[in-house]
Amino acid sequence: MYGLTRYKLFFLLPGLIVLLAIILFPLVFTIRVSFSGWDAMTPGLGWIGGNNYGRLLADGRFWQSLGRLGMIASTAVALEYALGFALALLVWRQIRFRRVVRVLFLIPMMTTPVVMAVIWRTIFHESLGPVNDFVALFGIPPVQWLTSPEWATFVVILVDVWQWTPFMFLLLLAGLLSLPREPLLAAAIDGAGPIRAFLNVTFPAMAPISVGAIIIRLIEASKIMETVYVVTSGGPGTSTETSSYYIFIRGLRDFQIGYAAALSITYLVIMIVLLTIIAKVLTKTLVKAEG
Amino acid sequence: MRAFYLLLKVAAILVWSAFVIAPFLWALTTSFKTANGVTGGPTYIPWVDYQPSLAAWQGLFGSGAGSIDIVGPFISSVMVTLSASLVSLVLGTLAAYGLSRFSYKAGPVGNSDLTFFFVSQRIMPPVVLAIPFFLMLGWLGLLDTVLGLIIVYVALLLPIAVWVMVDFFNTIPKELDETAMIDGCTPIEAFWRVILPNAVPGLVVAGIFCIIFGWNDFFFAFTLTFTQTQLLPVAIVSLNSSVTPWWSLSASALISVTPLIVVAFLVERYLDKGSIGGRK
Repeated sequence: MYGLTRYKLFFLLPGLIVLLAIILFPLVFTIRVSFSGWDAMTPGLGWIGGNNYGRLLADGRFWQSLGRLGMIASTAVALEYALGFALALLVWRQIRFRRVVRVLFLIPMMTTPVVMAVIWRTIFHESLGPVNDFVALFGIPPVQWLTSPEWATFVVILVDVWQWTPFMFLLLLAGLLSLPREPLLAAAIDGAGPIRAFLNVTFPAMAPISVGAIIIRLIEASKIMETVYVVTSGGPGTSTETSSYYIFIRGLRDFQIGYAAALSITYLVIMIVLLTIIAKVLTKTLVKAEG
Repeated sequence: MRAFYLLLKVAAILVWSAFVIAPFLWALTTSFKTANGVTGGPTYIPWVDYQPSLAAWQGLFGSGAGSIDIVGPFISSVMVTLSASLVSLVLGTLAAYGLSRFSYKAGPVGNSDLTFFFVSQRIMPPVVLAIPFFLMLGWLGLLDTVLGLIIVYVALLLPIAVWVMVDFFNTIPKELDETAMIDGCTPIEAFWRVILPNAVPGLVVAGIFCIIFGWNDFFFAFTLTFTQTQLLPVAIVSLNSSVTPWWSLSASALISVTPLIVVAFLVERYLDKGSIGGRK
């Protein structure tokens, strides 16, 4: 608007150049590495064409990890959204101890995920942890929380829900607090009960912020690996192994750098495509219901 | 009916609060145990269930058996988090101001594409960047150093700063800068003297987010440092082996999460003023 190119560039360029240097170069480099046979025995950029990509197509463990990631991420985010919305509705009006309750609800998202994961692992310890002690109160025999595939998956999801429901809560509460009061009052005057008012007024008005919150959480959840690394190490077997964790094992444990690069690129492309589609579909179904 | 609804509401709040607080209470009580208090099965109440001891807490600052020195990692974590947040905040604020006030055009690329480019970096799974970062820092001789981690964390935090600040600058009326420039300020002076003082709430929110994500990162600290430099989460997770000293683990975990619990209070403050979520 007001001109001078050098001022425009003064503001934008430092940040842009730094980000390009730190992110774009590694990305391009990874693409090149993915066409090489780089591993612990033969380091270097020796060109092997698309062999790595051929290999990953037949790699059942990779595709299973993607399916598992999808299951874990979508379950966790759905639960976080429902719980976060419910909690926000519980405390957005004036209630006693409102500030204390809100701070308490926010705390988990401020804590270091990997550190809390270590604590969770001790909590679900089969003989020394408190959870089996707790379920014993109800006469339930000790559960193999971390050594049976189903329960290990359950624990990973539970830890994610504990950590990130506050994030949904934060965004949805901010949304609720910024809603105009008039439509709700109008609905109340029309004699709509709390449930009708929620379905017809609150929920549609919250649709855009809901979509935003769900997308951000899906993006973050699609990267899940630290919790898995600490709580279950992907096990038992590979039953809680997510894609990031599998790539980590191939690349930085087995040092199959070339193959891990090919896995990374494939994973990134799949994530971008899927998340874009999900964002489009969510926006269409939720935000359109507004009209 | 009304009383029943209220009861339900209070019950729901209490149940969730218990769920939120349980791991902290467990860590707190465990941190006062000794090996005997842990290996005999779960115990909860000091003096009743087990004999409490301060050994774990003392071990954090010394080097007895089964203890870790947490002071070094704590200082490294503070240095990396604050430096990276500061750099990201400076670069991000400048870029966000540019993107909010000027129009950029390079071929088909416009402002919204540039903003998207910044923000979209959050989609990148850390594991994709781990290998090139590992090699790059190796070439630069920055593996296992605080400086190397700061560089990597800037890439992580810059998108967050840009994301928050573009939204925030868009809520500041353009008339403010225009008036300043009619009064004879250059764009840089207008930004420095007029806009920046008005952007403090946005800067606080962006800074808080940068600090949260910087402090809480584990993956890059884990893959890019070994022995010379150790950040807090890595130091704590390294205790997590087959024979875990639960007491030191719990005590150090509590120390590592405490600074950000203070941040939770700040966030709630700003929530009340309505400056989180990009809306007013």
